[in-house]
Amino acid sequence: MTPTLAIDALRVGFDSDGGTIAAVREVSLNVEPAECVGLVGESGSGKTQLCMAAMGLLPRGAQVSGSVRFEGREILAASPRDLNRIRGSKLTMIFQDPMTSLTPHLKIGVQLAEVLVIHAQMSWRDAERAALEALERVRVPEPARRLRQYPHELSGGMRQRVMIGMSLLCDPALLIADEPTTALDVTVQAQIIDVLRTMRAESRMAIVLVSHDLGVVAGLADRILVMYAGRVVESASAALLLRHAEHPYTAALLKCVPSLLGPRLERMASIPGSPPAAAGIEVGCAFAPRCPRAQPRCQTERPLLRKASGPPHQVACHYPLSA
Amino acid sequence: MSGAVRRWRANPAAVAALAVIAALIGLALVGPLFNPNDIRALDWANVATSPSSTGAHWFGTDRLGRDLFARTLEGTRVSLTVGLVASLISLTIGISYGAVAGYLGGRADQLMMRFIEVLSGLPLVFFVIFLTVLFGRSPYFLFLAIGAVGWLTMARIVRGQTLSIRRREFIEAAVASGAGPVRIVVKHIVPNLLGPVIVYATLTVPQIILFESFLSFLGLGIQEPHASLGTLIAEGAGEVEAAPWILWVPGTLLALLLLCLNLVGDGLRDALDVKER
Amino acid sequence: MVRYFLKRLAGAVPTLFIIITIAFFLIRAAPGGPFDQEQALPPEILANLESAYGLDQPVWVQYGRYLRGLAHGDFGPSFKYKDFSVTELIGQGFPVTLQLGVMALSLALAIGIPLGTLAALRHNSAADYATMSLAVIGIAIPPFVVLPFLGLFFGVYLGWLPVAGWEPGSIRHLVLPVIALCLPPLAYIARLTRGSMLEILRSQFIRTAFAKGLPLHVVILRHAMRPVLLPVASYLAPAVASIMTGSLVVESIAGLPGIGRYLVQGALNRDYTLVMGMVIIYSALLIAMGLLVDLLYAWLDPRIGFDA
Repeated sequence: MTPTLAIDALRVGFDSDGGTIAAVREVSLNVEPAECVGLVGESGSGKTQLCMAAMGLLPRGAQVSGSVRFEGREILAASPRDLNRIRGSKLTMIFQDPMTSLTPHLKIGVQLAEVLVIHAQMSWRDAERAALEALERVRVPEPARRLRQYPHELSGGMRQRVMIGMSLLCDPALLIADEPTTALDVTVQAQIIDVLRTMRAESRMAIVLVSHDLGVVAGLADRILVMYAGRVVESASAALLLRHAEHPYTAALLKCVPSLLGPRLERMASIPGSPPAAAGIEVGCAFAPRCPRAQPRCQTERPLLRKASGPPHQVACHYPLSA
Repeated sequence: MSGAVRRWRANPAAVAALAVIAALIGLALVGPLFNPNDIRALDWANVATSPSSTGAHWFGTDRLGRDLFARTLEGTRVSLTVGLVASLISLTIGISYGAVAGYLGGRADQLMMRFIEVLSGLPLVFFVIFLTVLFGRSPYFLFLAIGAVGWLTMARIVRGQTLSIRRREFIEAAVASGAGPVRIVVKHIVPNLLGPVIVYATLTVPQIILFESFLSFLGLGIQEPHASLGTLIAEGAGEVEAAPWILWVPGTLLALLLLCLNLVGDGLRDALDVKER
Repeated sequence: MVRYFLKRLAGAVPTLFIIITIAFFLIRAAPGGPFDQEQALPPEILANLESAYGLDQPVWVQYGRYLRGLAHGDFGPSFKYKDFSVTELIGQGFPVTLQLGVMALSLALAIGIPLGTLAALRHNSAADYATMSLAVIGIAIPPFVVLPFLGLFFGVYLGWLPVAGWEPGSIRHLVLPVIALCLPPLAYIARLTRGSMLEILRSQFIRTAFAKGLPLHVVILRHAMRPVLLPVASYLAPAVASIMTGSLVVESIAGLPGIGRYLVQGALNRDYTLVMGMVIIYSALLIAMGLLVDLLYAWLDPRIGFDA
């Protein structure tokens, strides 16, 4: 069966005054139909640029190589017209900050309905009715009133529900959610993940859930990929990764998630140091400077993604935790 | 500083414009040495002749037989002089006003800015015309009136800069070390103002020259027998069908002057990286 | 929303009032009277004239009379055009100037905005640089230089359009003046639009619009245009001021019988009431323009005027 999304050896770079910046150094991943894949990493790990590449939204000056196929069709070289046919209908994306992601001077109803008018050739009246239904699906209170309001009149959580509703209008095969909860209050975060879970149960939609917060991803993902400095460093089923992480970085991330059940900590765990600058050249493992298990070999030889303990589990490390 | 020079050099339009301005100024000052014609001399034998490189009148003559080359150079001199003097007046008013407003801050600043807001909403040009009607057309008054129009932008810029500089730490440090307000202004505020002031000064000059030409064109500015580019263009506009050179010589010169000044101002703004904050 | 507009209106009325007052007292303060000419008039005639025009009354009385007159739309008599009142002159000239100004502003917007948008969409291309270079030229060179050249080129050399003159209802006579008038604001609007568009295109909500698969023209027109036009709206009042100033020269050169030409004549003839009347009209126009722009802001950005 064709994977919904097939990314193969993707590289994304930008030209700048200080040389070329490599946002994504090399990533390959597949998303199967109805699967939820979590993508975890710090800012600068390349996860957002990965999503942009998948949507064909990279800026003009970007240097891209590799392949991104959506339902078998190549995205990277596709014409704007072809892209516009799939974007917003079969392949949708929601962004981090719903306040700035919605057009401030247009009513909510218009922003929802236009998707259907353009993609499904509906009349405006029919489209508005469908928009009302979409708002009800994502459980926005007083949906009819909301349709006539502007984005700044809604709360953050409501706006994100609107964004989710907007992305589901045409029954997409894949929804990419880039940090959907980061800009929201903690209580609202859980609600939004809940909405995503419900939507997923009601359809055969695949989801790519991107976040720097493992806790958010853990609640929804079937499979989790961990990114660092533009590469995937570990990939496994969610259950496996959360219990038996192999990569030192993943282990450190897990320690950073505060748990209500664990022992009371004196201070919050954090990972010392910071990720490498994207403009630098890679020598050896990118995580080595911050890794508690680093050996001389790690400084010189870059570890490749290899099978770890079991088949669905891959890790890029010379000295994984189970070894 | 080196970044500024680099950005300046990377802007061929601005560099060329500066050269052209220098050439024009040089020509205006030095020109009369090559062409001894007096601006008032009426050469009845050669009324309204077209330009020729041979013969006595390089740019031709006007309706009264006056040599156009000499008159154009005089016009350029007058326009530049008025431009510079009025600009200085404008800048002085603008900088002082802006610096005071920025330095005082709070209520006084709000009030002063309100005043500027109201003034910018009015057609000041019309008021100046009104004033010239009332108070006559002496050249000194002209400088003052013209200068009174262009100071608003500079005041705003200076006030913005002063406000942001005033809040910075090194000012507090200076105050704490017991420096008096004058010393603070001179040693700390002024050097930081230099960039934006230079840029907007360079952009104010063409505005002022434009305004003076405008008034002279209408007959409300420079009076006979002196000429400014504005009066020359007015003459030329009247003769456009019979003797077009009377128009296009001063016209091209004024257009060139204004264009180059604007290019230099824009170039300086990009080079010194000044934003309108 | 209504409160916002009323607040603005409340601010505008005093401004106009102050202008009128200042203008009035300035005239009284000026050296010489309206009847000073090369030959001095015999005192009895001067006294008669002054009495006829009400100039022998105390200043406050004159002020009151003037204000009352204004309230009835009466600007007083012209001191030089003996048979006409200023109101009549304004009535004759205003339609012409209005036509000229409206056409120039419309052209500036109708060409400037698309031009700026195209330049932004083709950022850093040859078309972009060409447009922006033309814009610098347009901004720098004033109408009173452009119009005679246009007249020279299209009127004298090519003979396509009349250089000067006017007939009621004629468009041909307005073509060159309108073009000369609209160039500086057009260039400025193009530049503003381009800069604003470049900035807005980088916004998150534009990224969302593209991610929704909306075609380019929908993204630009429905999603980008209104925020892009905010700086252009700010520029509208200065644009009108620039066109008003330009109309003074343009009407004079092209011989158009608008109020601009009357103002210039009045200024040259030292016709006080005429000039003052014109100044008041122009100021009122500009203030009205400012109010309209405030309304426009609220439409362009629904967050403004919202009782926050």
